[in-house]
Amino acid sequence: MELYLYIALFAPLAGSLFAALFGMSPKTKLTGYVASALLFASFVSSAVLLNYVMSGHTVHVELMTWMATGDLYIPFGFVVDQVSVVMMMVVTIVSTVVHVYSIGYMDHDKGFNRFFSWLSAFVFSMMVLVMSDNFAGLFIGWEGVGLCSWGLIGFWYQKESATWAANEAFIMNRIADLGMLIGIFLLYWNVGSLQYDVVFAEVGNLPIAVVTWIGIFLFIGAMGKSAQFPLHTWLADAMEGPTPVSALIHAATMVTAGVYLVVRANPIYDLIPNVGIFIASLGAFVALFAASMALVNRDMKRIIAYSTLSQLGYMFVAAGLGAYWVALFHLMAHAFFKALLFLGAGNVMHAMHDELDPFKMGGLRKVMKGTFVMMTLASVALAGIYPFAGFFSKDLILEVGFVEHHYVIYTVLLLTAGLTAFYSFRLVALIFHGEERYKLFGIHPHEAYKFMLVAMSPLLVLAIIAGAFKMTYYQLVINLLPSTQYHVHSEMTYWIMTIGTQLFVIAAIVFAYKKYANWSSVPDGTSKMENRFCYKLLWNQYYIPKFYEEVFSKPYLELSRIAWKQIDLKIVDATVDAIANAIYKTGENTRDIQDGNLSSMLRWMVVGLVVLLALAVAFTVGYNAVGA
Amino acid sequence: MEITLTHYLVLSAVLFAIGLIGVMRRKNLLLLFFATEILLNATNIAFAAISHYIGDLSGQMFAFFIIAIAASEVAVGLGLLIVWYKRTGKIDLDQMTSMRG
Repeated sequence: MELYLYIALFAPLAGSLFAALFGMSPKTKLTGYVASALLFASFVSSAVLLNYVMSGHTVHVELMTWMATGDLYIPFGFVVDQVSVVMMMVVTIVSTVVHVYSIGYMDHDKGFNRFFSWLSAFVFSMMVLVMSDNFAGLFIGWEGVGLCSWGLIGFWYQKESATWAANEAFIMNRIADLGMLIGIFLLYWNVGSLQYDVVFAEVGNLPIAVVTWIGIFLFIGAMGKSAQFPLHTWLADAMEGPTPVSALIHAATMVTAGVYLVVRANPIYDLIPNVGIFIASLGAFVALFAASMALVNRDMKRIIAYSTLSQLGYMFVAAGLGAYWVALFHLMAHAFFKALLFLGAGNVMHAMHDELDPFKMGGLRKVMKGTFVMMTLASVALAGIYPFAGFFSKDLILEVGFVEHHYVIYTVLLLTAGLTAFYSFRLVALIFHGEERYKLFGIHPHEAYKFMLVAMSPLLVLAIIAGAFKMTYYQLVINLLPSTQYHVHSEMTYWIMTIGTQLFVIAAIVFAYKKYANWSSVPDGTSKMENRFCYKLLWNQYYIPKFYEEVFSKPYLELSRIAWKQIDLKIVDATVDAIANAIYKTGENTRDIQDGNLSSMLRWMVVGLVVLLALAVAFTVGYNAVGA
Repeated sequence: MEITLTHYLVLSAVLFAIGLIGVMRRKNLLLLFFATEILLNATNIAFAAISHYIGDLSGQMFAFFIIAIAASEVAVGLGLLIVWYKRTGKIDLDQMTSMRG
């Protein structure tokens, strides 16, 4: 089994290195094929491991010692257990699909080889993150995905906006990672080890205040990666990257790493329910907050990004309330339908020559049947209609909120479910229905390559049927996670809740269709709605990016300017220059000593002799005086 | 009057001073050599006297070494001096400024 573990882990790395060999050479399809094939090998190995873990075993290997000094011992250890194998399956399925899809999507791009190198490197980092058996290894993977995310957001580095977004994502994540590092240090300081099994066995003996701080700092790390408020702005801007990247990294895998961390560290969070309540409240807030911004946005990818943010909020609600298996289940289901949605959006973008405004599309269902069906079904899954995947996972989170008596959270999530349905179908209606507004712009849309649609189909199937695996999944993960079942006590309440939610969501969908399916004009900022205060507030993302710009970026720029002009130029540089000048001047002034005249040189020699003698005498006298 | 160590050391110091002044003041290369010889021999006197005073032969041994080194130094130096005289016809120190920095 160890062999499969190593294949699952290192096949993406091999693919990345292979593609990197061709990084500087002109585009060759070979890199795409090899990277995809290796990813498929990784997927098959993960599937074999899943089968093995289902039969009640786990695999734990120690590749080699990484750090061993004094009491510190950190190995490169990897574990395949019930939780990590679920993540491995999600990561390898989505990334295999995305790799194959990218062969078509990046077909005309000059950086084709470089793209596959980064993409496979990302998958490798993600595998390290989920498979590591200690917090240090997790952190390495954590930083690795951050780096690859930076490289892929800024993939089109000739675009100023792309490099800006890449840097923003990287810097925001570093801020959060500081919190996570402090959490890890606290753990090591108090427990003396970073191995999951040791830490989770020991953590119960620690004072509750220490555990609380550890929980808070680890969660700060999770907030950065999963783009929770107030570190959320990078995710929407990260949409500058190629769309397959958005599908893989900023929807299905990397951004869910924060949820994975909380789920993985469940023995810690179980001890501190207060922090859990905070996580859940923040999650509920972000769910609503992000969904509201998605309502008015006119950038197809940003709408889906806000939706991702909102769904991450759902996951944190479940994780915060102790329903770790529910959070992981929603993570899995969400990965499938959200990646599908993004890849569909990629097809639309290709067809529309990189146009992102859905108001400039319309009626595309006639030319893009396959994409239309896939995106509609993915949106249905996202909205949580029975029997699609989203219904099982999202409804479960609502139930968790209800059963745990957090009715405010429940109400917020219910409202968000309606908003989710509304903005998803606003998007679908604007893109695929109504008048063909794109004709105004002289665009001739075309369907994507056949093999891209075929590559997407596994995700479509999973988005539809993933809910059916709920009990199998539950039996699997309760080996490691708390096995609480969330059932509403009375049968009656349960049915009212479920049917009520379904009706609410369907009503939102119908409303969205009514409003947008017959849209005929492109808004130009003059209509009454666009001038309302709440529209402007949402349109400008609650003015938060502007606020950050004014409060953090600008003062920081000013501070940097002062440091440059005043401190660096006037103090640091001046000091260094002064030293150099002094030495230079000394040389200039003493140049006359070297006049080449032996006689005067001898005189200088005598002067030196006298000085040295005087010093020797002085020191001897002084030494004797002190010594005596 | 008995001649004590002090007398030798005073003699040595006086000779050393004469030699030092010679080194500084002389412009003739040959006389410069004389001055260095005086310097060396001033130390020789001091070495021999102190060696006798503390009853340790090392000092006198050292003096012999200095005599030997001084002899070889003069041999080399005079050789160079003659070559220099043949090339330029002068042995004036103030004219030797080819090493001016």
